[in-house]
Amino acid sequence: MSETGSTTNDASKPSRRPGRERGRENGKFGRYGGQYVPEALMPAIEELTDAYERYVLDNEDGFMDEFRERLADFGGRPTPLQRAERLSERYDREVYLKREDLLHGGAHKLNNALGQVLLAKYMGKERIVAETGAGQHGTATAMAAAHLDMPCEIYMGERDINRQRPNVFRMKLNGAEVNPVTAGRGTLKEAISETMRDWATTVENTHYVIGSVVGPHPFPVMVRDFQAVISEEAREQAIEKTGELPTDVVACAGGGSNTMGSFAGFVDDESVALHAIEAGGSTLEVDEEAGVAPNSASLYAGEEGVLHGARTKLLQDSDGQIMESHSVSSGLDYAGVGPELAYLVDEGRVTPVAVDDDAALEGFHRLSNTEGIIPALETAHAFGYLEEHAGDLGERVIVTVSGRGDKDLESVIEETDGRDVAGAPDMSMFTGGI
Amino acid sequence: MSERTAATGNSEAIADAFAGGPAYIPYLAVGDPDYDASLAYVEALDRGGADVIELGLPFSEPIAEGPTIQGAVVRSLEAGMTPDRFFEFVEELDVDAPLVCMTYYNLIYQFGGSDGPRAFVEKAAEVGLEGFVVPDLPAEEADPLREACDEFGLDLVFIVAPTTTGDRLERIMSRVSGYVYVQARLGTTGAKSDVADSTTESLDRLREYDVPKAVGFGISTGEHAERIVAGGADGIIVGSALVDIVADGVENDLSTDAVADRLESLSRELKEGAERGYAARTGAAESR
Ligand SMILES: Cc1ncc(COP(=O)(O)O)c(C=O)c1O
Repeated sequence: MSETGSTTNDASKPSRRPGRERGRENGKFGRYGGQYVPEALMPAIEELTDAYERYVLDNEDGFMDEFRERLADFGGRPTPLQRAERLSERYDREVYLKREDLLHGGAHKLNNALGQVLLAKYMGKERIVAETGAGQHGTATAMAAAHLDMPCEIYMGERDINRQRPNVFRMKLNGAEVNPVTAGRGTLKEAISETMRDWATTVENTHYVIGSVVGPHPFPVMVRDFQAVISEEAREQAIEKTGELPTDVVACAGGGSNTMGSFAGFVDDESVALHAIEAGGSTLEVDEEAGVAPNSASLYAGEEGVLHGARTKLLQDSDGQIMESHSVSSGLDYAGVGPELAYLVDEGRVTPVAVDDDAALEGFHRLSNTEGIIPALETAHAFGYLEEHAGDLGERVIVTVSGRGDKDLESVIEETDGRDVAGAPDMSMFTGGI
Repeated sequence: MSERTAATGNSEAIADAFAGGPAYIPYLAVGDPDYDASLAYVEALDRGGADVIELGLPFSEPIAEGPTIQGAVVRSLEAGMTPDRFFEFVEELDVDAPLVCMTYYNLIYQFGGSDGPRAFVEKAAEVGLEGFVVPDLPAEEADPLREACDEFGLDLVFIVAPTTTGDRLERIMSRVSGYVYVQARLGTTGAKSDVADSTTESLDRLREYDVPKAVGFGISTGEHAERIVAGGADGIIVGSALVDIVADGVENDLSTDAVADRLESLSRELKEGAERGYAARTGAAESR
């Protein structure tokens, strides 16, 4: 009867289905992946690879059991798979929501942050550093570090600090230090570079909790394996609720941890179509001269290159200089993407689609006022996609609600005011802020 | 050409730079703060006694650099530096010291719309570069570049960190040529007021390998240079202390000549320090 793929005797270990084995051995996904980092980091990365294999893959010292238990007790897992009644009616197919917004912290980010902070503890590290874009990963890491009693420093672009003030405050409440990064445009790309620099100085006692399926091996596979709980649960829940697999899974992609987490359990199910929704920003046109891509659609529009430790698809100019990306949602605002996603797109297993700022904002308001769920602006891109493309999808669609939108309220007021956004309430009484 | 070995390398000019005395190896980011001033600055390093010059081709994400060199990279990119302009610069430069290109892998990989490092290396050989240092390319990923360097007779320098030991050290030392870049301390580039103890330990670990050892990361004075060479280094690499002079020139609006003079005189100080260290070491060896 078990359609669900998990065998009872080692349920605590990550799945060994073929799609889930990808990259585990050497960090390569076809031509993508690898370990392009300064020599000072290589020993730390080798040490981490060893720890990943022992604790995560082999459940040594019961690591995965403790991880699962903490995800349940501290994180609130499992999260529900909820049928969205209005959307199902609107699009004339069954729409299910995987509610990662209900995970502690309000986004899927805790799955990874808790896994990595716990792993750092097992490895005997004494300090945590992390980068953050939207502040969701920083918040999740700060919470996990407080929960596991580890000192924690977060690097965040100055521009993002201004866009995401509530999250900055939350990190500080949890005892983390927040270090502003002023280089470049002050967004996620610069924050990652700066965290790598810190790590290069402190590798001996510090673990870098990277926030997505990006960076050098073993980060892309390890973060995927921690986030895979999303699709492992969703797969079982879908079978339980409908008796069948879904026809489609839709998830927004920045670096790609929500996407890989939502897809991993379904990659081997050929019948399930996988859609990665990227930020189309204001336009897909790029300004080579200024080095600016007013979007973050690296899967859809990017070219192969090497950034932050991995070979992957990037927004870059013809010389190979990395472009400044843009999106209304800071969490998607990144010029690169996880190497495994780049591979799955080339293989035709994952379809990338870019959804622009306007469609994302409309998606934000639609989900808020029809379903009573205020999504993160990142997540809202997936609902922008649904509005435009639902007709192309099958009978049973799962959309991952990667996070809740409380952190975005200020941005939404600012961005909605002055635009003609369908379904938005009258903003005039909020233009001074909330 | 004879088969490359770590000891002989591919470039005779680089091998010569280490023969008969300590090598002073300065670094500047090309195009900082603009093309013409940068030409004058690199030529000043040469007059100041440079034995090899490391020319930085700026990359937008310099993850191995501290704030000083990040600043240089931003200034240079804003002034319009590109790989094509970099190669023109190298051709135009009038210096005696052999030139090594220091850059990040994505620029090498993308050059000429190609997939792979060969086109970049071919062009580098054509304009007269003698080797490469690529801080984000560990030995594990370096074979395509290593092969291209051998094809065109260039050296590939690797960095050895204080944390590099055992198998990793072996893997690097079997691929290195020209010289090995001994990173004096953990972290990113940046001038420091002291010399790290980890340097001596790193040099000890490398003693058995027959390839010149050049120490960098944090060296800023003649006295540092002296101590490091006295401690066994075959060369010293200095970047941030020189870039600081360029940055100061920008901040205080100094003339190109004034900045070039300061670069030349710090170069002399560093070179003389290295020579004192060498004399102390070889003198000590003779009197033993
Ligand atoms: C709610 C939410 N969804 C998605 C993302 C995008 O990141 P990733 O693609 O790694 O899931 C973020 C990033 O901060 C986020 O906060």
